[in-house]
Amino acid sequence: MAAYATLAATRTSRIALIASALVVVLLIVAPRFLPRSLTQDMLLIFLLAAMAQCWNLLAGYAGLISVGQQTFVGLGGYGLFAGAITFGLDPLLSVVVAAAVVTALAFPIGALVLRMQGAYFAVVTWVVAEVFRVLLAQWMALGGGTGTSLPGSSIGNAAAVRWVSDAFGVRAPAAREIIIYWIALAAMVGVIAAIYWLLRSRLGLALSAIRDGEVAAESVGIDIWRNKLIAYAIAACGTALAGALYFLSNGRISPDSAFSVLDWTAYVIFIVVIGGIGTLEGPLLGTVIFVVLRSTLSGYGPWYLILIGALGIAVMLTAPKGIWGTFSRRTGVQLFPTRRRLAAILPTPIETEARHADP
Amino acid sequence: MSALNTLIQGVLLGGLYALYAVGLALIFGVMRLVNLAHGDFIVLGAFVMLGLGTVVGVPAPVALMIALPFMFALGWGLQRLVLNRTLENDLLVPLLVTFGLSIIIQNGLLQIFSADSRRLTLGALETASYSFGAISIGVVPLLTFIVAVAVVAGLSLLFYRTSLGRTLRATSDSLPVVELMGVDPRKVFATAMGISFLVITVSAFFMGVRANFDPSAGPSRLLYAFEAVVIGGLGSFWGTLAGGIVLGIAQAVGGSINPAYQQLAGHLVFLAVILLRPRGLLPKAG
Repeated sequence: MAAYATLAATRTSRIALIASALVVVLLIVAPRFLPRSLTQDMLLIFLLAAMAQCWNLLAGYAGLISVGQQTFVGLGGYGLFAGAITFGLDPLLSVVVAAAVVTALAFPIGALVLRMQGAYFAVVTWVVAEVFRVLLAQWMALGGGTGTSLPGSSIGNAAAVRWVSDAFGVRAPAAREIIIYWIALAAMVGVIAAIYWLLRSRLGLALSAIRDGEVAAESVGIDIWRNKLIAYAIAACGTALAGALYFLSNGRISPDSAFSVLDWTAYVIFIVVIGGIGTLEGPLLGTVIFVVLRSTLSGYGPWYLILIGALGIAVMLTAPKGIWGTFSRRTGVQLFPTRRRLAAILPTPIETEARHADP
Repeated sequence: MSALNTLIQGVLLGGLYALYAVGLALIFGVMRLVNLAHGDFIVLGAFVMLGLGTVVGVPAPVALMIALPFMFALGWGLQRLVLNRTLENDLLVPLLVTFGLSIIIQNGLLQIFSADSRRLTLGALETASYSFGAISIGVVPLLTFIVAVAVVAGLSLLFYRTSLGRTLRATSDSLPVVELMGVDPRKVFATAMGISFLVITVSAFFMGVRANFDPSAGPSRLLYAFEAVVIGGLGSFWGTLAGGIVLGIAQAVGGSINPAYQQLAGHLVFLAVILLRPRGLLPKAG
């Protein structure tokens, strides 16, 4: 009698992990060789990819479609500015504090919005974002409706800036950008690793079960509300971290930019849908496609957004699994598998002996 | 006296919100679709009437009459060609397709009409009002409210007193059964969307004569419409009217405290309703 085990890893996935580690190393040294504008594009890729993974965790795994993730981008950004300006924290420390505070806030917010289901949940998350946009426009210490800027010199620890500017042969402003670039890269890798690990844990299994059938999931003892709330808070944490880093790199914040449904939800949805919802690879692919489209077409103004909207609709109607999902289904390739497979394990000698002993 | 005035202005504003909301409630009731582009279609309707006014030179009420059949056809075609393809799917596809439509409409209007604020004009009627002592009631807000009540009454009659209404309700209750009865649900959905677009056009007319609008005004109209639907509960179109009035009063009271609190007060009342009475004030029986 062969023993069985449930495994998530495949040979491809082990190779993919090693390849990913190599790519990360290349990305760390990349600013040494790339022009400054490209480094800025890549920084945006990292942050959008982190946000896209968070939205994908909700929509692709927990069955929660939010059009209000700009709530957490905006709260993360405002948390950073409040920490740095009002409380005089070091901006990098302020990013971490902001992400932690927003995660704590996500529990009561989630408890409220999760009272609504399906499409209603989507619209309620949007209303919540509007509430925060209006509230923060009243915060006069942070510039009210017109917003405010971070004091320029406060970004980045002075010794670190000097070290980077010596090592990479760049001036101090570029050295600051490189430091933020590294932190954004670390944030993206951290968010992806956390979500990957999460999806392979009990929580991931519970979320997939909920997405595929709430009644069936409940019947095997899954606490639906609790699991959804945890997923919601985790997504909020990653989104707030990416949002805070975006506004750290931007240096300026306003309620309209911080709580923009277009920038932080429509684009993120486009990224996940084009790349492939419900996969970890899809949002990464989607982010690269989006940023390339953006840098080549953004000169066309409204036409570019019309194209983005039309492409999103076309993919939803013809290939709802997106580019990676369609590719993965045809070829069976999964770089970051989260689904468990049943695998036969060859009997070990002890088991064989045991079987002989057993009449 | 000023409190009474605020209350009356709020009720009248609620009429406009009810007009936004019944079109959304109708679509959700018949096909469980939340049309995220609903507000953008309202703004589109207003721009269609504005375009008829500037290009053909007709007055706004005539533009409304011309726009109604056009918008019905647009809604019908949208449902037949696009949205019917999304309904076999779960939640995700219909939501995201209407979200994509919202972005296309906003940017299409931006491209054609620029980002300027516009208004539909009604001549002297715009500023006319009835005065009762300290209280002054604008003719246009009053007319909006009367039309909202008429639209709600008309939709209720249509749904509960006609054979089309019976088909719409039956389709909402059970797709397989109406298909057995020889009904093509795709046509029923298209008709429902056409009717929703008629209501959208009427609400666009009153939005345009009551206040300025621009291509980005759609999402906030969607949120007001949605809030009115949820506050009212999904029991009936009359509930949606009540929801609109509650929202209008909340905004008027908030705005009388500080103009910046108008929207906020509406949102907070809505969030309080989902916290305390998630099924709305006048829920469906049973």
